Amino acid sequence: MTSLPTYTNKKLGLVIDLDTCVGCHACATNCKEWNAGGHSAPLTDYDPYGAKPDGVWFNRVHSFEVKRGDRPNLTINFPRSCLHCDNAACVTVCPTGASYKRVEDGIVLVNTDKCIGCKLCSWACPYGAREFDEDEGVMKKCTLCIDRIYNENLDPEDRQPACVLTCPAGARHFGDLNDPESDVSQLTAARHGRDLMPELGYKPTNKYLPPRARKVDHADIGAPEELEPIEADGFLGWLDKVLSK
Amino acid sequence: MNEQKKPSSTMHGPVNDPHAADDQVDLSPTLGEEVKYTTCYMCACRCGIKVYLHDGKVRYIQGNRNHPVNGGVLCGKGSSGIMQHYSPARLHKPLKRVGERGTNEYEEIEWEEALQIATERLAGIRATDPKKLAFFTGRDQSQALTGWWASQFGTPNYAAHGGFCSVNMAAGGLYTIGGAFWEFAEPDWHHSKYFMMFGVAEDHDSNPIKKGLGMLKNRGAKFVAVNPVRTGYGAIADEWVGIRPGTDGLFIMSLVHELLKSGNVDVDYLIRYTNSGWLVIQDEGAADHGLFARDAEGNPLCWDMDTEGLANAKSGKVERPALKGEFTLADGRRAVPSFQILAERYLDPQYAPEQIAHVCGLQAAQIKRIAAELAHVAFKETIEIDQEWTDWTGQTHDKMIGRPVSFHAMRGISAHSNGFHTCRMLHILQVLLGSVEVPGGFRVKAPYPKHIPPGIKPAGRADQVNPNTPLPGAPLGFPTGPEDLLLEDDGTPRRIDKAYSWEHPISSHGLMHMVIHNAWKGDPYKIDTLMMFMANMSWNSSMNTAGTIEMLTDKDENGEYKIPFIIYADAYFSEMVQYADLILPDTTYLERHDCISLLDRPISNADACADAIRYPVVEPDRDVRGFQSVLIDLGHRIGLPGLTNEDGTAKYPGGLPDYMVNHERAPGIGMLGGWRGEQGDKPLKGEVNPKQLQKYIENQSFWQHEFAPDQRYFKMANKNYLDWSADMGLLPNGDPIIFQLYSEVFQKFRLAAEGHGPHTPPKADAERILKFFDPLPIWYQPIEETMVDGKEFPLHALTQRPMHMYHSWGSQNAWLRQITGKNRLFVHEDVAAKIGAVDDDWVWLSSHHGRIRCQIKIVDGVNPNTVWTWNAIGKRRGAWNLDKDAIEAKEGFLLNHLISELLPIQGDGYRYSNSDPITGQAAWFDLRVKIEKAEPSQFGESWPQFPVVEKFDQLPDTPKVSRYGDVFRKKREGK
Repeated sequence: MTSLPTYTNKKLGLVIDLDTCVGCHACATNCKEWNAGGHSAPLTDYDPYGAKPDGVWFNRVHSFEVKRGDRPNLTINFPRSCLHCDNAACVTVCPTGASYKRVEDGIVLVNTDKCIGCKLCSWACPYGAREFDEDEGVMKKCTLCIDRIYNENLDPEDRQPACVLTCPAGARHFGDLNDPESDVSQLTAARHGRDLMPELGYKPTNKYLPPRARKVDHADIGAPEELEPIEADGFLGWLDKVLSK
Repeated sequence: MNEQKKPSSTMHGPVNDPHAADDQVDLSPTLGEEVKYTTCYMCACRCGIKVYLHDGKVRYIQGNRNHPVNGGVLCGKGSSGIMQHYSPARLHKPLKRVGERGTNEYEEIEWEEALQIATERLAGIRATDPKKLAFFTGRDQSQALTGWWASQFGTPNYAAHGGFCSVNMAAGGLYTIGGAFWEFAEPDWHHSKYFMMFGVAEDHDSNPIKKGLGMLKNRGAKFVAVNPVRTGYGAIADEWVGIRPGTDGLFIMSLVHELLKSGNVDVDYLIRYTNSGWLVIQDEGAADHGLFARDAEGNPLCWDMDTEGLANAKSGKVERPALKGEFTLADGRRAVPSFQILAERYLDPQYAPEQIAHVCGLQAAQIKRIAAELAHVAFKETIEIDQEWTDWTGQTHDKMIGRPVSFHAMRGISAHSNGFHTCRMLHILQVLLGSVEVPGGFRVKAPYPKHIPPGIKPAGRADQVNPNTPLPGAPLGFPTGPEDLLLEDDGTPRRIDKAYSWEHPISSHGLMHMVIHNAWKGDPYKIDTLMMFMANMSWNSSMNTAGTIEMLTDKDENGEYKIPFIIYADAYFSEMVQYADLILPDTTYLERHDCISLLDRPISNADACADAIRYPVVEPDRDVRGFQSVLIDLGHRIGLPGLTNEDGTAKYPGGLPDYMVNHERAPGIGMLGGWRGEQGDKPLKGEVNPKQLQKYIENQSFWQHEFAPDQRYFKMANKNYLDWSADMGLLPNGDPIIFQLYSEVFQKFRLAAEGHGPHTPPKADAERILKFFDPLPIWYQPIEETMVDGKEFPLHALTQRPMHMYHSWGSQNAWLRQITGKNRLFVHEDVAAKIGAVDDDWVWLSSHHGRIRCQIKIVDGVNPNTVWTWNAIGKRRGAWNLDKDAIEAKEGFLLNHLISELLPIQGDGYRYSNSDPITGQAAWFDLRVKIEKAEPSQFGESWPQFPVVEKFDQLPDTPKVSRYGDVFRKKREGK
């Protein structure tokens, strides 16, 4: 089995804002188009024009409804990709060292040259973030766009994961979650960012920002409950007064 | 393939190489040798894109950070452009029908032959009766060219797809505030504190809305979604108002009722910028009753409270016009300010929240609270920007005062037969709050605002349509009275779609949804050729899909097709191509020139005027041509004067790019505004610059002119903006744009219906006009709903488009169809319980018109009286070069089968189109249905099914496995 580094210099990851994600799938398809030709290329599609197409995606968006009792129910759009866990069981179960976590930045990667396609890692990942390429017989996964974030052929502002750059609603953020001063750490602190299923103990790097408290009540914005009708002379009388000023 | 299955049994011992130092990740791979900037066409949003090319193949498409529309982001559709571009459904070569329509019996022909066939046919029509060509374009972005071409040809029978899309949205705005929702305006994302979005089908415009919502939420503004469905944008709203479809207008009237009753209207704003003070003649029965009182020069009059006399309301000199009261005109008749009529209308107790809440499916307290919140933010949280500006009267203001509430609306409110009034009412609400063109409010984009309505009248009267002669104007425009209608002498419609007739007088986008029906029926007359571009009219873009297919293939007693000849241009093997007699294959969006012109739907934002181009970033590998270039070529072959030099040679031999640069609509005004003038230094107006396209390409395919800070708000009355706009030819003059709350145009039609004037409607139409043409917005139950049994068909049925798809284009895309391969009918849990259905059950859904079978998904986030589904997912077996068992065909479905293009038969047997009686907008969302559980034996396949479309020989076999992108890696790794 493969061991994890005891320490990583950085913890690069994503902070995903569930308050602003509209579920548009831009992050999913932009990820697909970047990575289709990227580090783990291709992201094979099976029967793409056939009865039931399927394929390799590093990022998928789910939408579901949440019932909240007294409070209004919600529809949540939830993008799901590798969380680059500190305690990545997908790495520790790997029998060949193909799955590994980088010391430099904490990114979990697969070395496809070593992958034997045993699928132990996908079995171990509670988040369903692993994607098996049946055509090549190897496991693939989110690389955090490792071929973008350090890429000297790109403009500095483009050295971010494709999903982050493309997100129209600005719901995705990238940075070093090991650095308490980083924008992503600050954002996580301010918005009470959460680990996904922390009870499992995988210590994911990526954080999810929960939906903000919804402003439904009039008092939430300091407005009265309802408007007071103009009593004396009614509206047209009021109008006279306004115009006679 | 997402992998959550059990592992294989292969196991090995521990590995000593913990960190895989041997992986040698290439951190700086090349992206290819070339980057080109063009404009996206994966939907109508027209974002800037940066296309990376590797060995001539598209490696990656990224949003252009510098672009005025998207500023770097790119949506789910735009990010899937690679699969659109390489789609196996692309047509390869022109085709001529040799068998029956609806089969795959076509013969490949050369372009020369194709153009000769079209030329012969069209030249013959033009030489005899030009209106026998009906030219309708679908999701076209070049209406500035196609409309002009139709006008040159001389046919009035032209429109794009606006009639079935959202003409109510456009007309409702243009007849009220001179601007409209969608791409024509935007909320002030930077300052708005309270934002309301109305209507289902949240597709326009894509990225700016998403960016804006993100910005709003981060600033802590409140976002209210008024929408029968809680998905997409509504999902992130602070408050979801799950309104009953078709009742938005009533809800807005109730908000206005509350605001008026409590005195929460911006009186100063109304005086300065609206016709609130204009006097309306009160002389019941007279030919000018309800029109504005005018002076000898035709200026509207108001009552000046300071001089206590009548005054020119447009002089800009009356500081205190009366907004209420009754005044005597010079001729002794009485008149009242239009605002008084408005106030009395909506103060009526019938609009009280308690009275209307149950109709809308809302609580009265909720309506009252929202009105209170709007008033609070508009008037208690007023914002001021320290920016001096000068109004049109020359008065300088030291600040820009804003009411930070804003609104946006989607197709949902407009795709009803009461949609025009609803859209207009929403604008009236904005104006009463003083929030149009102010900081924090609703901001119009150049070339809007326009004068109300814009001064173009539709051409196509009998005396304007002559053989071999251009129309004297544009086929589409904005009537301001019955005299502008396009009618035969007997009052019957002039146009094949009956636009600008008494049936729907203000149909400013035409009625594309009626063309096939009317051409088939020969009502009002038979045509010869139907030419269409990019419109899947035999499938998801038509009401009554099965009936439309029959009309396209129906023959007369002589065995001739009732629609004699169909020319169709499309890039893809859509459901429509096999009904054409001549198929002109178009390019993909990455292979073409296009002109995103200010003469068309702009890409401007509220702070800058902008336009853009597309140019080929890859060359076609098929024998295809951009339709616009084909149109220019065809026009020259027919001899259209605008496309032909006096010596008979082509004016624009270089096709569309030539036309984009060299065509002038008026001296100095052309298709593109950037780098005009011989030196390329003149914005918007200037001589032709032969290097113009090169300048666009150098500037990432767009041009923008930023407004000075003092021009950015109050554009309807901002001297420096209006003067500039007039100088540049965006407006005919610098006159202020005065919001028309009370619309005299509608009263003119009503007077005609009462029998006044030289143009009066037939009796049946007169009744409709009297009912629907109210100078102030009214609410009525959608027409079809009033004609079907509401007990038998208790539910509303709606569609919307997934954010990651654009019509049938998106659902054939190899990546996008993996996200949404089939659509379900979303049913509220109470409805499901009532019929004893559980998730994944199949149901029958029926309307007065038809019946479909589909699979359900039970949800909570929908109005309990409403079912809905994703639009345009369902495909015909075999179309788009998809497998005949494709899930879209087997399990996907269209709601279109339930929707009739005609209303049910009425008393006199006549069937009006299923449209808004004012604008002719297709009333897709008036549909009422009933739901029944299907038998288990019927589970698993949607119904109806149609014969399989057999593919053309020219289409490739499709791969079983797609490894797109592996070549880039192999090349990088030297393999």
